Amino acid sequence: MPAVHTYTPARPKVALFVTCLVDMFRPGVGFAAVKLLEQAGYSVEVPPTQTCCGQPAFNSGDRLTTKDIARQVIDAFEDYPYVVGPSGSCIGMLHHYPELFADEPAWQQRAEKLATRAWELTSFLQDVAQFQGIDAQFDGTVTYHDSCSGLRELGVKQQPRTLLGQVKGLELKEMEESETCCGFGGTFCVKYPDISNRMVSNKTRFIKDSGANTLLGGDLGCLLNMAGKLKREGIDVQVRHVAEVLADACHQPAIGDAEV
Amino acid sequence: MEIHSPEFKANARIALHDASLQKALGNLRDGFPRKRAIAVSRLPEFEQLRDQARDLKNHILSHLDLYLETFERNCTANGGQVHWAADAEQARQQILDICRSVGAKTVTKGKSMISEEINLNDYLEQHGVQPVETDLGEYILQLRHDHPSHIIAPAIHLNLEDVSDAFHEHHPKYGFTERTEDAAELMAEARTVMRKHFVAADVGITGANFLVAETGSSIIVTNEGNGDLTQTLPKVHIVITSIEKVVPTLEDMSLFLRLLARSATGQEFSVYNTLSTGPRRSTDQDGPEQYHVILLDNGRSDMLGSEFQDMLRCIRCSACMNHCPVYGSVGGHAYGWVYPGPMGSVLTPQLIGVDQAGHLPNASTFCGKCESVCPVRIPLPKLMRHWREREFERHLTPSTVRQGLWGWAAFAKRPTLYRWMSRSANFLLRRLARNGRISKLPLATGWTDWRDMPAPQQGTFMDQWKKRQQSEQQQGGLL
Repeated sequence: MPAVHTYTPARPKVALFVTCLVDMFRPGVGFAAVKLLEQAGYSVEVPPTQTCCGQPAFNSGDRLTTKDIARQVIDAFEDYPYVVGPSGSCIGMLHHYPELFADEPAWQQRAEKLATRAWELTSFLQDVAQFQGIDAQFDGTVTYHDSCSGLRELGVKQQPRTLLGQVKGLELKEMEESETCCGFGGTFCVKYPDISNRMVSNKTRFIKDSGANTLLGGDLGCLLNMAGKLKREGIDVQVRHVAEVLADACHQPAIGDAEV
Repeated sequence: MEIHSPEFKANARIALHDASLQKALGNLRDGFPRKRAIAVSRLPEFEQLRDQARDLKNHILSHLDLYLETFERNCTANGGQVHWAADAEQARQQILDICRSVGAKTVTKGKSMISEEINLNDYLEQHGVQPVETDLGEYILQLRHDHPSHIIAPAIHLNLEDVSDAFHEHHPKYGFTERTEDAAELMAEARTVMRKHFVAADVGITGANFLVAETGSSIIVTNEGNGDLTQTLPKVHIVITSIEKVVPTLEDMSLFLRLLARSATGQEFSVYNTLSTGPRRSTDQDGPEQYHVILLDNGRSDMLGSEFQDMLRCIRCSACMNHCPVYGSVGGHAYGWVYPGPMGSVLTPQLIGVDQAGHLPNASTFCGKCESVCPVRIPLPKLMRHWREREFERHLTPSTVRQGLWGWAAFAKRPTLYRWMSRSANFLLRRLARNGRISKLPLATGWTDWRDMPAPQQGTFMDQWKKRQQSEQQQGGLL
């Protein structure tokens, strides 16, 4: 009998773009993504030469470094029919690659090819895989934060909500201003910490007022920011990546919660 | 106006602790965005109009010389006078010369951000001409020796009590000795005082929302009617405006008017949309004897053909700042010069230099909300990023950021090293954590001063994945 993760022609291949934050902070989100993609009928591979999407350099104005990293990502991922990542922000970055290579047509072509194949996890499951087989139970009320890049660069809005609608026991309570930025913004939160703090404070108020006991989202950066603020304010709301709930992987402590 | 953009961080901190400002900003966030959303929902073709407006502006910008010269020709044919001003100094001088030619003592002014850009009021005062602002918000600011914090609602940072204080201090000489906090009474008071100025003024200065090339007209859009009195009562009407405001036809102007009011205040149409086409004709009952248009460049033509050209599409509606969470947190004064919010973060570095305004394009999370509401679809985050690139190239980016970036890139470009770094950070952060979180992290106090850092789960994904692959291969081998 073949092992679960070996390639068979019947299962199309997906390359998982793990993202730095999932790799370093919350590997459970990566495994939840793998589980969901396998449930949806795909064979998941994790290209070992991946590191980061290059966004810190891109948004700091360092074009040369961004291009170096973009080339590395293109090399690692371009042979796969799909590239999927549990982050709208990092996948959004892959969609920016073509504009980096305006004066290098060969690379631009490769970048464009990669961008058309790169999908945020929930939009891949919903829009490409048209996955109906969510097999999860979650007894609680959740509220959903729409992370900016996913929402405005990739149009991720209904996809996570439709998928969450298949989770048994789950009730969604929308918060006010779910589309307003949480104040993370990559390096913004340490470059302008007090402005970032005001933004995340507004956010935690809306989260608390929603009455939900769990906050979900699709980007770990935003979730670390909001979880850290909720903890500091002593607000009793658990924070999880949406993939954990969809993959029925909530046995692990929530973000910022103590391990038992 | 003095430049305070280099002190953005300190200004922002003060603003965040200013309770009165925060109250006013709360009103703004609840007001304009909600009204805009309702207005947009009532116009099914709004998104198509945005596309049209973007395309039309792009067309105009690629033929700007043609349309400006057409405007000049038609304006002159109507008896108007067009003055080309390369920079602020030249524009100020032209305006002063016109004022002096008619021996002007006082000038009334409609709301104009260009006049702020060229610091007109101080200049006129220094040269013996007294400007009087007639837009209510601008008038309040003038009494307080204050500056606009918003491009269409200049006194948005003030509350009713501030207005009462200002009037009570300055209006007793007009017979208003009682302090009132009744909005209607304050309005009536302002109106009475203003009438005297309207009648007494020798020159009226307004801005222009658009210039119409085919007719040689300028148009102002207001909700108070002050602009109409400013431009019709005095002997001389001066329009101070910038070169990108020209549109080809009246038809084109109406497209922008539909977008402008909805994007700005959520109105379907502004209350007063007043066209000026030359001075009073012999058959006209009223109107100015002279009509002058100052066309200011001040760095704008340098933007043509550059990566910042898209910014010249801006119609100054303020939707970007009304929806910006950073503007909503710190208000307009923190930006330290004339134009605040996302549009200011792109335009200001062009007008005063990126070395002065370097903070502005950096103080954004790139959340993209501004671009999503811009009626002419200016890619504001992308343009802010271009400024960051200029700063990086010119070594204006702070050295701590550059070093941090260099160190991070050294790992990110070497997967094996990166694995090691990720593993080490995961291990170290876990060591520092208590109860699943870290409350103080020496190298990241910007984070932990305000919020906890959630602790990582044990082991990196890449390491665990490798182990899982190896054990599956072994199992596969055994079977």
